[in-house]
Amino acid sequence: MTPGGFFARLVTALGGVSGLRRRRRGRQAELHQLFHPVDRKVDAVRESEEASRGYGATRREEPVPPPEIDETSDPHAELVVALLLIAAAIAFAGFVVFYVVSEDTQLLGLCLGLGLVLAGVASALAGKRVVIQEKTTDEYKDYGDREERREVENHLVEGKVGVTRRKLLFSSLAAVGAALGAAAVMPIASLGPRVGEKVYETPWSAGKKVVDETGEAITLDTLSPGEFITAFPAGASKEDIGSALVLVRLEAGELELPADRAGSAPGGYVAYSKICTHAGCAVSLFRYPTFDETQPGPALVCPCHYSTFNPADGGKVLFGPAGRPLPQLPLRAGADGGLEAAGGFYEPIGPSYGGIREAPGEQPL
Amino acid sequence: MIRRTVAALDERLGAAHPLKRTLRYVFPDHWTFMLGEIAMYCFAILVITGIFLTFWYVPSDAELHYAGSYVPLQGTSMSESFASVMHISFDVPAGLLIRQTHHWAADVFIVAIVLHLVRILLTGAYRKPRELNYWIGVTMLGLAILEGFLGYSLVDDLLSGMGLAIAYAVAMSIPFVGGQFAFLVWNGEFPGTSSLLPRLEILHVFLIPMAIATLLALHLAQIVRQHHTQFPSEGSERVVRGTPAWPGYALRSIGLFLVVAGVLFLLGGLVQINPIWEWGPYAPYLSTNGAQPDWYVGWLIGALRLMPPLEIVIGGYTVVPSPFWGGALFPGIVFGLLYAWPPLARRLRLDDRREHNLLDRPRDNPRRTALVVGFLVWVFTVFAAGATDRFYFRSFISYEGQVWFFRAFALLVPFLVYFVTKRICEELRARDTRPLRGWGGTVIQRDSSGGFQDLRQHKR
Repeated sequence: MTPGGFFARLVTALGGVSGLRRRRRGRQAELHQLFHPVDRKVDAVRESEEASRGYGATRREEPVPPPEIDETSDPHAELVVALLLIAAAIAFAGFVVFYVVSEDTQLLGLCLGLGLVLAGVASALAGKRVVIQEKTTDEYKDYGDREERREVENHLVEGKVGVTRRKLLFSSLAAVGAALGAAAVMPIASLGPRVGEKVYETPWSAGKKVVDETGEAITLDTLSPGEFITAFPAGASKEDIGSALVLVRLEAGELELPADRAGSAPGGYVAYSKICTHAGCAVSLFRYPTFDETQPGPALVCPCHYSTFNPADGGKVLFGPAGRPLPQLPLRAGADGGLEAAGGFYEPIGPSYGGIREAPGEQPL
Repeated sequence: MIRRTVAALDERLGAAHPLKRTLRYVFPDHWTFMLGEIAMYCFAILVITGIFLTFWYVPSDAELHYAGSYVPLQGTSMSESFASVMHISFDVPAGLLIRQTHHWAADVFIVAIVLHLVRILLTGAYRKPRELNYWIGVTMLGLAILEGFLGYSLVDDLLSGMGLAIAYAVAMSIPFVGGQFAFLVWNGEFPGTSSLLPRLEILHVFLIPMAIATLLALHLAQIVRQHHTQFPSEGSERVVRGTPAWPGYALRSIGLFLVVAGVLFLLGGLVQINPIWEWGPYAPYLSTNGAQPDWYVGWLIGALRLMPPLEIVIGGYTVVPSPFWGGALFPGIVFGLLYAWPPLARRLRLDDRREHNLLDRPRDNPRRTALVVGFLVWVFTVFAAGATDRFYFRSFISYEGQVWFFRAFALLVPFLVYFVTKRICEELRARDTRPLRGWGGTVIQRDSSGGFQDLRQHKR
């Protein structure tokens, strides 16, 4: 028995059972029109729709196209499918071999991927050309049974039949529901500390030594004008977002700091928090045009969303989405010539949140 | 054999009737119906490759010195989490293949979901009685994006850290509750404590995949119950017509699964993705503009870059910090519109309130198509703005100039696109031409005098 013959008979038998009848052509467009007109009167539409359906009366009359069956299998396709499957088997075997002998990612991926694609094409081709081709039909169901809906409503209403103190019971129920809900969400508070417990504090305070990534002290000679470096407080964690500084040295003439910050830049060194006030990325780009006047002056730029800050003017926002200036750290030269903080940051560091501007600013000396 | 198996199942479970229904279940044919299937098969590959990765991945921020076989990073201080992914990539046989395939599958997964969504919107498949399934689908899209973001966050490389820093800032920026919300998720100030990675891991490997799997099951169950929609050329509002599940459709669909899996493994084996050893481990003071995140967060990056530096401050209290506009409000509006779409389209009289089993061709409803296309162009413009820095490197247009260009483009062009699309649809509908069907290109012939002749000029 050929598979085609067996399945064809099976399908014909099943097709007969499921009641697939007459051929219908050219009515799709008509039906499409019938179900399309726009009408906002919902109830009227529903009524007329239900009436027009008549729950079965008109429905049974709708002609249904008979199944179309093509039992012939393409002998060429059978051969191609077999070849594809054999090629897929070779590719999978290749995966096993390469896994044992070389573990090369490219070869493993090539074998596995090729095997899967070949097997997939074989399967799809078999589905299109080898097995029986048929088009059958089924009916879209109508949902929404008024009778049954009413029964459901009645069953639900049964729950309160004969209960006298309904109001009292319902209010008690609401009370227990609200209290249980509150009790259930309370443990969420255990997930983390209250906001503000850390965000205001940074490791910086007056006298804190400025060091580079390796812990080496930074002196007035470390940078030339136009250079920048990432700096940290001596002895503090570099992972703390309050730690990292971007330290820039500018020519003294380039500085346009506000009057009250005039003493914060010894030798042209200005220090800013490295954490962008927009989205908290590290501000790691420094624009310092040294030749053509194509760029308008020095700038610190965040590579995430290109917030651009002016290092000469207290970190003022020049462009981009940041809503606050880059917080500046006042500097002074220590007794040993090393740079140190002259106080905490002028503004709170890190991305904004509700209370960020209420943070108690640590005023420098 | 077949008879004995069927008999055994039927006598114990009464399986003959449901089996018959399953084998004879009718699938209407159209190539666009494959998009959802591709998404489903990507999910299957994600689960399979993801299970493999969980056997090695360690969600720990404990510092160690790398001692694996990738020489340039040997001795570098890094988190155990990053080291475990380095171990998967370089020291587990086929580990890099599986990791890259997992990453590619996530990208293709979300492409397929988005294209599927576009098809649903353009053909009106979301209309009654299928609104619930539409909302399930939109929810799965949101979960898939979150799941993908969590996936690349787990690695704890430089790209992960920058992504999490931005996520932290966006969480902080939610008015009134944001600061506390971020402190609860990160267990304090960024970069968080050692409890962060285990939290992200349980979300990524268990909670969200389970949620997607459950919604997927509901999605499919509803399709089976209501039947697939179809185009008017096939069936009617009453009768669904197509290929039965067995044998034709099953073989084709299994074929699609194998091809999807094969293409993903080919990509995973041959096309490098997320080379974490080039980014290196993360620390809050490090960043680069070389590491680009996956495409499906591009629209958020674009929105964050385009928004002006606006912070609303009342009496010293920062009501709306600036990352809120691009990072939370913009996706909120996009998903809000997607969720609101079925009732909104009825309110705008784009759709009626009847049940529809037949799909519209996009041209059949010009206003709906134009609105959907305008909306997509709006989101895509913001997405493209996420690549302004890449354009900057390849052109002479200043970065600032591009940002102003994209701002204007995002605000104006969707309206223009609306009118153009509407007009095209109306023309196509009126003339009933099919410019894309049967077009086989142009064949030209050069004659002896050197002139050219179009051989199929009027062939359609």
